[in-house]
Amino acid sequence: MSGISTTQFSKYNAKIAKNRATSEPAWVRWTLIAAALLYLSLFLFMPLAAVFTEALRKGVDTYISALVDADALSAMKLTFIAALIAVPLNLVFGVAAAWAIAKFEFKGKSILITLIDLPFAVSPVIAGLIYVLIFGLQGWFGQWLSDHDLKVIFAIPGIVLATIFVTFPFVARELIPLMQAQGKDEEEAALVLGASGWQILWRVTLPNIKWGLLYGVILTNARAMGEFGAVSVVSGHIRGLTNTMPLHVEILYNEYNYAAAFAAASVLALLALVTLVLKSIVEWYAARSARAIEQN
Amino acid sequence: MIKFDRVSKRYPGSFDAIKNITFEINQGDLVFVTGASGAGKSTLLKLIAGLERPTSGTVLINNQNVSQLKAAAIPYLRRNFGLIFQDHKLLYNRNCFENVALPLHINGILGEEAAKRIRAALDKVGLLSKEKSMPITLSGGEQQRLAIARAVVSRPAILIADEPTGNLDENYATDILGFLYAFQQVGVTVIIACHELPQNIPENMQNAMKVLHLQHGELSA
Repeated sequence: MSGISTTQFSKYNAKIAKNRATSEPAWVRWTLIAAALLYLSLFLFMPLAAVFTEALRKGVDTYISALVDADALSAMKLTFIAALIAVPLNLVFGVAAAWAIAKFEFKGKSILITLIDLPFAVSPVIAGLIYVLIFGLQGWFGQWLSDHDLKVIFAIPGIVLATIFVTFPFVARELIPLMQAQGKDEEEAALVLGASGWQILWRVTLPNIKWGLLYGVILTNARAMGEFGAVSVVSGHIRGLTNTMPLHVEILYNEYNYAAAFAAASVLALLALVTLVLKSIVEWYAARSARAIEQN
Repeated sequence: MIKFDRVSKRYPGSFDAIKNITFEINQGDLVFVTGASGAGKSTLLKLIAGLERPTSGTVLINNQNVSQLKAAAIPYLRRNFGLIFQDHKLLYNRNCFENVALPLHINGILGEEAAKRIRAALDKVGLLSKEKSMPITLSGGEQQRLAIARAVVSRPAILIADEPTGNLDENYATDILGFLYAFQQVGVTVIIACHELPQNIPENMQNAMKVLHLQHGELSA
């Protein structure tokens, strides 16, 4: 850049930006923004507002009593249990799978990637049915399980299995492109410095992927708590025993108990909002640390 | 302290990268491993540092036979070495201080003691004022100096440098070699791989100097 100073250069750049062929007239921009906002209000904000209005229609007392109802509490508990088991398992699986795929070459790698995507491709109801076919009374292991007095289908283990199945791609899918982009140089550096396998994982790999990992965990958790289809098939809808929050909402709704149904739904909606806020915070931090690396 | 006895190394599906090599390196030696590209210099260094195991022959490091070490013991063997590469192998999303901290953390040294040693190492290579900078903002010569600081911070008995001046212009190269010679002066064994012997090796160093010249994987006098 000889012969042109930095200030001259940035003025020149600003001029280009103003007259750029790609910048649209104001009315086009505003029309597009208005269309996007209208769409969002119609399909996102209005339903969300409706959930809370319906939930509170019969007053705060009804709302609270719907939430502290024994069946509602048990549904919440089961939802948390399923998430509490599924999320850590999928976290470990996701990191292991992404690590293997991003850092190593091996036979059957593309098959593994395809398998990870399977839960995205298969309808959750089918996923639930598969477990019924395997572990149900008439299924492959049904006789053996019943001989040993073990219950998977229409019990908590089945719900946990179905939740694990539908949520297992999230962490891996988040991490694979990230780890592929980072390459293996840093792990190699740690290796030559005398780090053991675990030390490389804890001191180099995990710190490098922490934001992507957290993002994947948040998505996994959101899906685990909100899953309906697969869980519905394996649960058996036994009140107070095998109902998760989404199933509880459905039952109440089918019984025309709208206020209670919407009260339970509002809890799920709140969880979704918390998820979105967490997700934005994580994205903000990730972008900030990426900027810090670039600017320094 | 390093003893090679009739060592050969063959990579799977390839020819012998190293053929029947025997030599000895003592504590405090300054060793140059020279030879053209593909002569086996990097393989030799990897064998010394325990990054590869020999196909035949024995490699003794501090009287330990590398071929017989369990896989779990290899990382501990590597901690005897400080390694420096032509491409630095720095962690580009961490600042200078954090880069130098890594080997200490691996060795379980944390806190004040670590910080003191990291700053001492950065000071030694003239980068103390840049401890918070990211490696990408440093010049090639500075990045290599940072790599040296990282290699020496855990006070290894042996420093191994694989073409440490390969990408640098002459001034920087002299600079880097000067740092390596300085470590040899305080009793560290320094092993440097390069295409040919560097010029201007200080006279007082030439007594302790050893040259291993490789040709097609074999030692030639």
